[in-house]
Amino acid sequence: MRDLLRHAWRVTRKDLRLEFRSRTALTSALVFTALVLVVFEHGRDPTAVPTLNLAPSILWVTFSFASMLALNRAFQAELENHALDGLLLAPISRTSLFWGKLGANLVFVALVQVTGMLLFMLFFNVPVWRVWAPLAAVTALATVGFIAVGTLFSAMVVRTRFAELMLPVLLLPFLLPPLIAAVQVTVQLFAGRPLSEVAGWLRLLAAYDICFVTLATLLFPFTVTE
Amino acid sequence: MTLVQRGRWLTGIGLLLLGGVYLRALAFTPVELHQGPAQKIFYVHVPAAWSSMLAMGLVGLASILYLLVRDTRYDRFAAASAEVGTVFACVMLTTGPLWAKPIWGTWWTWDARLTLTLMLFFIFIGYQLLRGAVTDPAVRARSAAVVGICGLVLLPFIHLSVYLFRTLHPQPIVLKPSAPSAPPEMVTTLLLSVGVFSLLYLGFVIQRYALGGAARDD
Amino acid sequence: MLWARDLGHAFGAIPALDGITFSLERGQTLAIFGPNGAGKTTLLRVIAGLIRPLRGAAGVDGGRRAIGWIGHQTQLYNHLSVRENLRFWASLYDVPDRDVALREVDLLRRLGLARQADRQVRTLSRGQTQRAAIARALMHDPDVLLLDEPFTGLDRLAAEELRGLLGEQAAAGRATVIVTHNVEEGTELATDIAFMRDGRFVAYAPRAGRDAVELTAAYRTAVAGA
Repeated sequence: MRDLLRHAWRVTRKDLRLEFRSRTALTSALVFTALVLVVFEHGRDPTAVPTLNLAPSILWVTFSFASMLALNRAFQAELENHALDGLLLAPISRTSLFWGKLGANLVFVALVQVTGMLLFMLFFNVPVWRVWAPLAAVTALATVGFIAVGTLFSAMVVRTRFAELMLPVLLLPFLLPPLIAAVQVTVQLFAGRPLSEVAGWLRLLAAYDICFVTLATLLFPFTVTE
Repeated sequence: MTLVQRGRWLTGIGLLLLGGVYLRALAFTPVELHQGPAQKIFYVHVPAAWSSMLAMGLVGLASILYLLVRDTRYDRFAAASAEVGTVFACVMLTTGPLWAKPIWGTWWTWDARLTLTLMLFFIFIGYQLLRGAVTDPAVRARSAAVVGICGLVLLPFIHLSVYLFRTLHPQPIVLKPSAPSAPPEMVTTLLLSVGVFSLLYLGFVIQRYALGGAARDD
Repeated sequence: MLWARDLGHAFGAIPALDGITFSLERGQTLAIFGPNGAGKTTLLRVIAGLIRPLRGAAGVDGGRRAIGWIGHQTQLYNHLSVRENLRFWASLYDVPDRDVALREVDLLRRLGLARQADRQVRTLSRGQTQRAAIARALMHDPDVLLLDEPFTGLDRLAAEELRGLLGEQAAAGRATVIVTHNVEEGTELATDIAFMRDGRFVAYAPRAGRDAVELTAAYRTAVAGA
């Protein structure tokens, strides 16, 4: 188990170093997030719809799109110079490789989400400060399972035609349960309700995460071995 | 008798029985109190939904078996089941709005069950698109199997969401913890229809599976 | 040290391997010559464990830890420096830090990359990246070397260096398989020669002192006649 985590951590660290070195994906994702928020602001009638009603949806749609864009970079980087072969040749388990990639993806997405949250507070003037801790918890819960499936699928589609398009098409159904749950919880949080009232949704999110992280870990070897 | 012929026989019998079920539904089953005659689409819509779920379930099962045993017949079956499932999902998605318009006054609402059965449709579509995008047969089979299994596991979360999300959709009247709360004739007609749709599913899948095998051997 | 037994494989309807059996001991170098499409790369990938063959089996004593792979794809990350690449790959093989430091200095010096060590791989020439790939493969001191057309794109100087290095490795007791379609390249290094066509060995014999000219003639007859 320790070997597993150690190797996974090394893969994550390498991925993060690569990403911060070139920064293209991160910058694109952040700019994209800001643009989406701007579009939403101008896409609504400010007199008719109060921000607070739209806020959870805007937040979560932005997160979803940015996350999906972030996913392809993970295995894209392994295609140049066939580094993926090197990873498969190395005496590390496929699980280490998967968790390493998953870890890097989660860090990446978390960065985008934190920035998105800050921009959101800035643009929409919604009082998020009061509930930042439970909001952060819900965001984490809603993201983990989805990104696990996304990491699995991105490994699969990276060598197909239309990879950038194929990934969102395959992934959107898997977005629905966490998205619905997260929006419901966020609505309650913004309305000042305590987390205990939405315990059912939180349990659903936790079950979803456990289920899909496990499943994705089990299925990953099939996507990379010939 | 070849496999294709057997499939055709099953489908033929299924279609005949389907006619019988319609007759029963239209003439011999009571009209629902609140919804009126339009409610009778229920006898097509629900079994179509059931069949598409069955198709998805079998895609998932075949996918698991394929990954365990690597027998390409399981992959062919999964592909056939996905195609047939897509068709039934289309039936479900068209009969749904046809039922909804007279009852609810709108073709579509974004309540949980509708949205999530739409997602089932998209899972099927995504599955087909992925199969189309991969050229190497072994890679295609493996990738499709992965998506198939994930899709299958997603279904319970879909069903769970119905219970947590307050909805305009008629609450489940058959598949719920307590006893079905509809008059017995309606339940019977529904069950008959479900049975016939399952038969049709089987007939279509057998034909598609057999044709898939024939194409490969050429 | 490495062995293959009745290997058979196909990609869909396209056959790739058709009954390959052989084994190699310490210090032996097998050069496999064959036209494109003969199945040479597939054979190497099966031995390395990257492909699971449809029939038969192959293996390397010591597993993946004992394998060093040099191909015409470098398996390096363009945005990491040479040193960072070496350290990352060594970390996946759990090479102790002290050994990493020693080998890094040694290999960089001998491969003429000491001054390029901290430059990103994308700034290096083709010859330099190939040399860096060689360093990467040797960092974990593998017992078995699998080389897939390693001279591709190398200038004469770099090719000379590689030949010298491989000679040393063989003398140190490593088993090497080198696959190429160019008879001149592999001849001096080989202790055994195999000609491969359509997934089968059409000839397999010790080199017995023959030079490139004699082998080319033998190769033509064997491959044409089979």
